[in-house]
Amino acid sequence: MATIDYHWQRFSFGKKLARFSVYLFFITGFLFSIRSVEVIPEFLYDAPEQIMDLLSRMWPIDYAFYPLTVHEAIIETLNIATLGTLVTLIFAIPLALMNASNVVSSPLIHWISRFFLVSSRSVNSLVWALLFVAMFGPGMLAGVLAIAFRSIGFVGKLLGEALEEVNMGSVEALRATGAPWGAVMLKGYCPQVMPAFFSIVLFRWDINVRESAVLGLVGAGGIGVVLNDSMNLFQWQEVAMSLLAIFTVVVLAEILVINIRNRLI
Amino acid sequence: MAGLNSIVEGHKKNPFKRSRWNIGLWILVVTYLVYSIGSLGLNAERFLSGIGHASILLDRMFPPNFERWELLLSGLVESLEIAMISSVSGIFLSLFIGILAARNLMPPWVSVPIRGFVALCRSFHPVIIAILFVKSVGFGALAGILTLIIASIGFIAKLFAEAIEEISFKQVEAIRATGANFSSVVIYAVMPQVFSRFIGFATYQFDSNLRNSTMVGIVGAGGLGGTLFSAFQRFDYDFVAAILITIISLILVWEFLSTLVRRVF
Repeated sequence: MATIDYHWQRFSFGKKLARFSVYLFFITGFLFSIRSVEVIPEFLYDAPEQIMDLLSRMWPIDYAFYPLTVHEAIIETLNIATLGTLVTLIFAIPLALMNASNVVSSPLIHWISRFFLVSSRSVNSLVWALLFVAMFGPGMLAGVLAIAFRSIGFVGKLLGEALEEVNMGSVEALRATGAPWGAVMLKGYCPQVMPAFFSIVLFRWDINVRESAVLGLVGAGGIGVVLNDSMNLFQWQEVAMSLLAIFTVVVLAEILVINIRNRLI
Repeated sequence: MAGLNSIVEGHKKNPFKRSRWNIGLWILVVTYLVYSIGSLGLNAERFLSGIGHASILLDRMFPPNFERWELLLSGLVESLEIAMISSVSGIFLSLFIGILAARNLMPPWVSVPIRGFVALCRSFHPVIIAILFVKSVGFGALAGILTLIIASIGFIAKLFAEAIEEISFKQVEAIRATGANFSSVVIYAVMPQVFSRFIGFATYQFDSNLRNSTMVGIVGAGGLGGTLFSAFQRFDYDFVAAILITIISLILVWEFLSTLVRRVF
């Protein structure tokens, strides 16, 4: 009696080899980095002690510091995040339209828009802030522009992808009636991408609230300036107050975004 | 007849009528814009001088100066090491933390505190965590590594826990029915369902750690960011341009590699 000499395998040999080489790459990279990175081991051993020391200096939190400067700075931070998100839309919507293959069909325009979107995303918001502080001087304006330029890539890319998923039936129907380009945009594409648009913008706003809290470290306004000042003066109880304020605002922003999203979608 | 008339009346209504909510929203946005642009302290003179500064800045940035490539290379290698160590260890840790945070596998007294910890990791921007670690473990790569580990846990553990909560429970019940213990249930019933998503999160997190490892140096946590920040402070804008080009090309190379990795899994 001939037995069936077949052993079931989930992956083919080539696939196994590919997976194995990815694992190997990461593990050798990890071990190599561990060996060559400059870490002073003594610093690692007394890290828990140092962290406890830092926390003990932060306690009790200096609540009296809040009305002095923190309140105003937190409002400024929220303004930077919101205004930055609104300014982004001016650049991100045209780039998203240029990037969507069912709106514009020229590959040259796709590459142009992709170039802008990728370079906006690759440069970190702190680096954008450094550039804009060098241009416009320290203050809120540099922060708004940094947030706006960092968000273009994110909003433009996601909005472009949402535009590409539009059901073309209603667009074609509108075109068949001889509707001009603007009307096709407004009544064909716009209603279908609206939910995605709002959820992308809200998501980015949530991220921007976090990011605008640190822009002040390079002088671009907001709570970061206050944080940096009290840190340079080693006023750890004031630092704790600023951190608590940031934490509260971030959590409230997230709850707000989740609630609005549930209502919209 | 009356019914017919009322239908005709109904047709006169504008089918695209704006709702009251919509108008209220627009009024809110416009008043907010007026208020916040007022607080920006923006005037034509400042803006024009900013544009002037921008043209000077761009003039000094180009052509980029690669003369000090040794400094650039050492910063780049340190950034890569930070990204590698923190991604591998952060992803490995969040594999376990994600399982512990999944509400369908764990009792509430385990999952609730773990979820709180993950939320705490996520609520601060990496730069703020980096500042705290620089204060507690000193300047250098170690602070950057610890920061990015925390950031990775905050992101991947949350998404991984959500992915586990969405799995089909039939496989889990089948494996349990054979009398398997908890680790076998995880390996044979849970992991096959979520592993490909986990790889997706992991490649995304490696990408974001790579970007952030070039930034944490701004507050002294090692890597290319420190080089960038000191070049900024010495007004070596041509070297700044060289560093920025290096960062952007590093990220483009990784984006190409990550599509390869995703195709393997």
